Amino acid sequence: MSSGRAGVPALLQVEHLGKQYGTTTVVDDLSFAIAPGECLGVIGPNGAGKTTTIRMCLGLSTPGTGSIRYALGAPSEAALAMPQDAMAIKARLGVVSQMDTLDPDFTCAENLLVYGRYFGLRDAQIRQRIPELLEFASLTHKAAAKPGELSGGMKRRLSLARALVNDPRLLLLDEPTTGLDPQARHLMWERLQLLLQQGKSILLTTHFMDEAERLCARLLVLDHGRKIAEGTPRDLIAQHLEPDVVEVYGSGAVALVESPLRQLAARVEVSGETVFFYTQDARPLLGALAAWPQLRTLHRPANLEDLFLKLTGRQIREDG
Amino acid sequence: MGPSIWQPPRLSRRFWPVFQRNLLVWRKLAIPSLVGNIAEPLMWLVAFGYGLGALVGQVNVVNTSTGSSTAVPYILFLASGSICMSAMNAASFEALYSAFSRMHVQKTWDGIMNAPVRLDDIVLAEMLWAAFKALFTVTAILGVMLALGISHSPKLLLAWPVLLGVGITFSCVALIFNALARGYDFFTYYFTLFLTPMMFLSGIFFPLEQLPPLVRVIATWLPLSNAVELVRPLFMDQWPSQPARHALVLLAYAVAGFWIALALTRKRFRV
Repeated sequence: MSSGRAGVPALLQVEHLGKQYGTTTVVDDLSFAIAPGECLGVIGPNGAGKTTTIRMCLGLSTPGTGSIRYALGAPSEAALAMPQDAMAIKARLGVVSQMDTLDPDFTCAENLLVYGRYFGLRDAQIRQRIPELLEFASLTHKAAAKPGELSGGMKRRLSLARALVNDPRLLLLDEPTTGLDPQARHLMWERLQLLLQQGKSILLTTHFMDEAERLCARLLVLDHGRKIAEGTPRDLIAQHLEPDVVEVYGSGAVALVESPLRQLAARVEVSGETVFFYTQDARPLLGALAAWPQLRTLHRPANLEDLFLKLTGRQIREDG
Repeated sequence: MGPSIWQPPRLSRRFWPVFQRNLLVWRKLAIPSLVGNIAEPLMWLVAFGYGLGALVGQVNVVNTSTGSSTAVPYILFLASGSICMSAMNAASFEALYSAFSRMHVQKTWDGIMNAPVRLDDIVLAEMLWAAFKALFTVTAILGVMLALGISHSPKLLLAWPVLLGVGITFSCVALIFNALARGYDFFTYYFTLFLTPMMFLSGIFFPLEQLPPLVRVIATWLPLSNAVELVRPLFMDQWPSQPARHALVLLAYAVAGFWIALALTRKRFRV
């Protein structure tokens, strides 16, 4: 069977995946793999094909072309193919979808019990796991509360705990922290890091570059259904960007683009009233900027957000 | 494109946890829902059965195969017909409004499909669940009818499984409209354009013999009239005249209804 990185068999191997809706290509010749213990992040603007890719990986949408194979069992077991072996694959997968699908009529504990039954688990087996799942989600004190009484972060953590009811090796998480406040998001990251430490593997889609940088060992950048970059966050930044960024804003900042200052940067971008200077060395630029005391400057290292915007552009994506 | 939406149902035991889920929710709300389910049919029965029954007196029920007729009190005539209507309404409400809430509003089905449960099994579970709700409603109403002494026929015991079948038939048909719905408003059409006219064409309030001949022919193929033909004789301590024909008509509606509902639901979920 095909292998992921370093000769270790991949848990999930996607090859030449394609999907069209009518004449629109949503996913175009996409290939990637997830190695055991790895967290792979999929980033891209709205409509880039992230959710469609996840749906195809779950057998909820039929691929137009290509193959999706899972090796979630013992090394001796044959790989399973989606969508043919969908039931056998899903029995060993954990999924958190973009929208919460918790049962509003059940308590947190009942939500876990009922969900476990869908996996064919015995009630006694599930009941035994419920306390540790609730503890993992920091919801022990909310065991008897219904989702309507929970905050957004608590609901997402309950969804995550629910996805762990069958003790899966691989988790597919579609935007797990969208809509959460910073505290809730940090708690979610902490939980996900804990899972990675336990040796679980995660496929994660996200809009948040800090999330991708913090959690993902490897990133896949999608745009218009195509893979436009792949690598570790650090490598991608080093590969595509100058190391230093100077942001300048305030009245008259945009005019700098036409000034001789332009020569001190390798690349300049304007977004609204802010000018971004990308450079190998920011010192000469910062020195020259002292002549414009009314402007505010921010000197920082290049980050994933810069990479994302460079690769996918700054225009707003209304679709998707 | 994937496999055809018309491929045969792929059903498995995994429907059971989905049925069990609905049962668990219902257990929390059973008593209030019971009041809602049986209060209205009983009001109809008492108001029309006793009120109108006093004016109408006896109604002749014609045995379609022998041509002989039996005169029965109007309350018995109405009770044996309206219990079929209650089974139909209970199954239809559950398979439309409640199933739609789970499918579309709460996204419960989407959550279930992330687990190893097929859409086919979810549709089967919803179908059986709506039929169970119908059976529950019918059981409660039967109990009240027995208490009121409307019928003491021992054959009522057989009416019970027949009414479960009626519930299955109507939940299968209703799930077609669930699959097509964009919102709750859509179901008003189903009730107003299909179920309400059918109530008046199925011999519940008055005998089919009152209808013009052409309408009568149509009426004999309606699922509700076939249900009434099966159930009413049992209330009268008689045997249905053409049990196989009536059962087959109901079965045909159920099988065709389930298949179409499944195909349209698959289409709805295939993106």
